[in-house]
Amino acid sequence: MANSQRYTREIPHRYRLEAQKFPSGFVSLSRRYCDPISGKKEFEKINLKGTGKILTYTIIHVTSDQFKLLTPYAVAIIETDEGARVTAMITDTKFEDLKIGARVEFVFRKIMEEGASGIINYGYKAKVVE
Amino acid sequence: MREVAIIGVGMTKFGELWDQSIRDMFAEAGLKAMENAKVDKIDALYVGAMSSGLYAYQEHLGSLMADYLGQVGVPAVRVESACASGGQAVRLGFMDVASGMHDIVLVGGVEKMWDVEDGTFVLATAADQEYEVYNGVTFPGLYAMIARAYMDRYGLTREELAQVPIKNHKHAVNNPNAQYPFEIDLKQVLNSSMVADPLRLLDCSPITDGAACLILCPLDRAKEFTDKYVKIRGVGVASGPIALHDHKDLTRLEAVHLAAQRAYQMAGVSPNDIDFAEVHDCFSIAEIVVAEELGFFEYGTAGKAIAEGQATYGGKVVINSSGGLKAKGHPVGATGVAQLIEAYLQLTNQAGKRQVPNARLGLTQNMGGSGGSCVIHILEGM
Repeated sequence: MANSQRYTREIPHRYRLEAQKFPSGFVSLSRRYCDPISGKKEFEKINLKGTGKILTYTIIHVTSDQFKLLTPYAVAIIETDEGARVTAMITDTKFEDLKIGARVEFVFRKIMEEGASGIINYGYKAKVVE
Repeated sequence: MREVAIIGVGMTKFGELWDQSIRDMFAEAGLKAMENAKVDKIDALYVGAMSSGLYAYQEHLGSLMADYLGQVGVPAVRVESACASGGQAVRLGFMDVASGMHDIVLVGGVEKMWDVEDGTFVLATAADQEYEVYNGVTFPGLYAMIARAYMDRYGLTREELAQVPIKNHKHAVNNPNAQYPFEIDLKQVLNSSMVADPLRLLDCSPITDGAACLILCPLDRAKEFTDKYVKIRGVGVASGPIALHDHKDLTRLEAVHLAAQRAYQMAGVSPNDIDFAEVHDCFSIAEIVVAEELGFFEYGTAGKAIAEGQATYGGKVVINSSGGLKAKGHPVGATGVAQLIEAYLQLTNQAGKRQVPNARLGLTQNMGGSGGSCVIHILEGM
């Protein structure tokens, strides 16, 4: 495994949902330097509250080695209440409670381990709350 | 700008090619294309490959392939745009010839996918590693999320979705280079194992080894080499958001629309003029969304239209006469080039039992990631 900085540099959004709000109204959890459409560089830093709703989802049965032990598991595209679009794994939720429009809350979870002596990776997952 | 022709093609069989390495495959396809075009020297070479490093532990494909095609010394470079790598290679070759920079250009694509075990990981590198893949999404998972959003909005049924692979397998029966040249039925699709709900195994294009190459030259020189040539009449390329979640409308692939508008405009034609199309059916839902973005069908209606036979022989437009990615196979970097080979064969009346009658204008649509890139070519028979 490579250096640990490649992990620590991603902590602001993985742990704290630090995001950016652009004048166009676009809200991005992914770290950006300009608006993806206009290229304008002004933005405001915000922290997402960690609430939103499911726009679409899937239940994954076949996956890469990193996530094999979790199958089947659900992944969703969530629109947060601030308007950010986020892809997240769904946790603590029965598959039958998944539906488009369902309210979710983000939770802090272990994402994966990089082998026996590698870094343990943490980040956000989401659970259905109604 | 000069007009550009395709004067020769060559490809390997698509499938599990255990006896061939990445260079063996590309050499076979490249040498076949040169022989087919009756050229023994080329002026430049472009190789499309998505991930030769992760799949075959081999980068630097431009020089490697020039060396193994007997063309040491020519400008040669590898091109990458995920699953659209092949189409992008063709477009760069087109630009070389159109600009007057080079006359005889070999453009090709290759992927050696069967040598690694965790191919799911490799394919997912076409998505956003930090903001999508880190959270467990797979490639089929991304298209499954498009499918769910589309089914929810337009009422597309699971049975209608299944008609895409059923049609494409039927077309592949007449393609001797196809990986799976046999028919499948509705029951088989609906009973195949779940990959990413609602997509099942038979909704997904397979793991494939293969290579495909074309020879391009100025249209006004084509007759020096062959009487079987076609003209590349339009080219359109567009990028889209890298992450699916940043697509404003999750039932659309806007880069396809943008690339199509550019290609139609350059060719001076409209969707109704197109006789057949090779489209990027990496998953069943992709063919439906793409057919709408290309303007063949209204938004929300392509699933039903395809199920009613509008995308096969006798319908509005024949889509994927080759069998498409699903049944012909999808050696990622080779796919975009192989689509143009099918168009070349159709437009020179060499497609055998799968010949589209009176084919004059064909379109190829090659796509990277979940709509992060798209390359479209419009070809005309001469």
